[in-house]
Amino acid sequence: MEEKTPTFDPNQGTEQHRAGKTDKSRRRFFKLLGGGIAVTFVLQDAFALLSDSGSAPSPRKAFADEVDAWLHIGENNKVTVYTGKVEVGQNIRTSLAQVVAEELQLPIGSIDMVMGDTALTPYDAGTFGSRTTPSMGPQLRRAAATAREIVLDLAAKEWNTDKHTLSISNGQVLHPGTNESKTFGELTKGKEFLKPLAGDVPLTPASAWKVAGTSVPKVNGEEILTGKHKYVSDMKLPGMLYGKVLRAPSFKASLKSADLSAAKALPGVVAVQEGDFIGVAAPDPQTAEKAIKAIKVQWQEVPQPSRAELFSFLKENASGGGGRGSTRKGSIERGMNTATQKLKSSYTVDYIAHAPMEPRAALAQWENGHLTVWTGTQRPFAVRDDLARAFGLPQEKVRVLMPDTGSAYGGKHTGEAALEAARLAKAAQKSVTLTWTREEEFTWAYFRPAGLIEVYSGVTEDGTLTAWEFQNYNSGASGIHTPYVVPHQQIQHHPVDSPLRQGSYRGLASTANIFVIESQMDDLANLVGMDPLAFRLKNLDEPRLRAVFEAAAKGFGWGSAKPAPNHGFGVGGGTEKGGFTATCAEVAVDPGSGEVKVVRTTTAFECGAVVNPAHLDNQILGAIVQGLGGALFEAVDFGNGKILNPHFAQYRVPRFKDTPAIEIIQLDRKDLPSAGAGEAPIVGIAPAIRNAIAQATGIRLKSLPLVPKGMKGMLGSR
Amino acid sequence: MELRINGKKRTVTADAKTPLLYVLRDELDMTGTKYGCGEGQCGACTVLLGDAAVRSCQIPASAAQGKEITTIEGLAQDGKLHPVQQAYLNEDVFQCGYCASGMVMSTVALLRAKPKPTEEEIIGFMNGNVCRCGTYPRILAAIKEAAKA
Ligand code: FES
Ligand code: FES
Repeated sequence: MEEKTPTFDPNQGTEQHRAGKTDKSRRRFFKLLGGGIAVTFVLQDAFALLSDSGSAPSPRKAFADEVDAWLHIGENNKVTVYTGKVEVGQNIRTSLAQVVAEELQLPIGSIDMVMGDTALTPYDAGTFGSRTTPSMGPQLRRAAATAREIVLDLAAKEWNTDKHTLSISNGQVLHPGTNESKTFGELTKGKEFLKPLAGDVPLTPASAWKVAGTSVPKVNGEEILTGKHKYVSDMKLPGMLYGKVLRAPSFKASLKSADLSAAKALPGVVAVQEGDFIGVAAPDPQTAEKAIKAIKVQWQEVPQPSRAELFSFLKENASGGGGRGSTRKGSIERGMNTATQKLKSSYTVDYIAHAPMEPRAALAQWENGHLTVWTGTQRPFAVRDDLARAFGLPQEKVRVLMPDTGSAYGGKHTGEAALEAARLAKAAQKSVTLTWTREEEFTWAYFRPAGLIEVYSGVTEDGTLTAWEFQNYNSGASGIHTPYVVPHQQIQHHPVDSPLRQGSYRGLASTANIFVIESQMDDLANLVGMDPLAFRLKNLDEPRLRAVFEAAAKGFGWGSAKPAPNHGFGVGGGTEKGGFTATCAEVAVDPGSGEVKVVRTTTAFECGAVVNPAHLDNQILGAIVQGLGGALFEAVDFGNGKILNPHFAQYRVPRFKDTPAIEIIQLDRKDLPSAGAGEAPIVGIAPAIRNAIAQATGIRLKSLPLVPKGMKGMLGSR
Repeated sequence: MELRINGKKRTVTADAKTPLLYVLRDELDMTGTKYGCGEGQCGACTVLLGDAAVRSCQIPASAAQGKEITTIEGLAQDGKLHPVQQAYLNEDVFQCGYCASGMVMSTVALLRAKPKPTEEEIIGFMNGNVCRCGTYPRILAAIKEAAKA
């Protein structure tokens, strides 16, 4: 805190040049919040958002990388943070409160986080891409630090002393000279201070963190454990109806005819048809179900590719290869000329489902032409815009709220349930709740892209990479670039019009691309007879990636421990979204049954300065368990526009019995900015398992999932 | 129909065939018990019938008549968390928390049947409960802690 601090004039409560209309908004703003201190990023945002008329400027759209939030300190010392980010289990409600608590020296309990409410929080593009910790975290730190400086300036003025002699603790400013103290509320005295975020305000360095950087428990942990927390699917409004949608028998089917009369005849049922959308709202879910069944309907179906032909379809329908991430360096031909060993391989990756435990859900209410929807989405503002467009409403008349939701993993960027509930509520003129069934979630959500990836690589006798050609069909650009040093490279991404609806996923395409890179690296090491880890390190410059490989290997006992018979060790790693991961895995393959069991894993992870070690551990843990499912057995089966395994009984997800002993090593780099951690730790596990199976059996698998049916029948040839 | 839930008599009007899960959630607004699949495959809806863990999405409400039903809302007594809840809280187990109620109810049933389970017994008993966020190792630690208490 020794750095030179900017000084605020406490009497200059707002920026003077923003007069007139702004003053009116300002009054309304503080009327709603009570007096105190508010720090905003862009003044206009706070005003516009609080406006109840259509005449105020609509909130400025931020770019995906740009974030806004604001913070208010009330006279009761209660701090309220307003952010458009949402909580889906990453525990950012806790970690963001921690960074604010740190700068204001307040107990975590006095910070209230208002999240993902389009009427109260500034525009936010969405909670994805691991952007919260690297962008929202620092902005909130600056906002909190700005507020702290205001309080210190007020106290300095009151006591007529230099603010640098004052200290701050537990919501009070202390005067060490006189032993006087005043709470934040006593200092603001009901007056209103509105400040834009100061860019050059001093921040507490990570090395001096007391609240941030510690394992503060989940702030609403007790509510969750007692069943009190209301997820969207738990919420009720008086007189509410239960909605249900009639689903087409296959994707892309169109409606030929529909007769809703039998459904409409049921007591209390409202049945709606708008184009191809047919749905009902009923006093209870059982009646809704009955009403849907009573609708007579005929569909026109269209033939579509099935899973059996998926990978040839991707190749045949690929674009020219100029997709995002495509790059070229040197010449593959020259690189191959210097290689002594060449390896050409083709890998496939199936579609997988996010399968969040809480399926999509929404509760919609219309009141005097205003629409309010509670829904579990990673992009509440985008859903608001979709709703406004669908119903021809100005944005101000639509409000989307996102209570902490039963997980997403990149699978809830959209607002299907919100739109459905709102349509039904409009027709029924009553609030409508709608929760997708598990089968609907498995069918009508979107999937992690499937992909075909072809690699052609060259290496010299001493284990130096010379050429690397990488052709990616449909699986996406994230993690597509090899982190290894290769003088001659060609990387091409060929987008395809995917047979299934596809979208974001934890770690995006890097789960596919890094699986392939790390599998190919292992096979190249095998080809030149080198230890797979030594081969990687020989071709790797990036110090942060080297550090996690070395840490994981050390923790695992790579090189010192030897696998038992029918066991194998494997390693895999990579970098994604500012996080660096390496995982070592031990697998056991039962020679009789062919069953593959992951025995233990060691993952080293580094994402800059750690904000909450326990919750970071939990994110890494979650990524490993989820990654293990995609590695071993998860795959969406489909044929002719139908999902063939839309149940947990058929779509296998990791359970207790599948979970290995998991060791996690965090490399806390207090000297580096914090990056997000919800995604990157997933990338190492699949290749580590694959490479361990190769060591145990000699079989070098080339598809994800690796062993959906175990290895029976594959082992005989050894 | 009359049901005994968390020590209280409750009269419900739902059809006798309606699964207990929907009676709890929709008619009685006891939403701590969650829907995860409706097919007996995930354990999110676990409640106790007597001392046994049951998937409330799989049993008709009528089958719960005459038995003591315990849900997540009935575990804490006089504002004090049940030792299993406390152990989960101490371990700071959850991410999204959607699986929490089913996990806790299954654990209570496990420890009533087997106060000192081995790790293998815990894993075997809990295998029907899915946590998609992958918190299994922490749940295991919490169960071990609760078994010590
Ligand atoms: S909801 Fe009952 S087991 Fe999944
Ligand atoms: S914590 Fe999210 S499903 Fe268990």
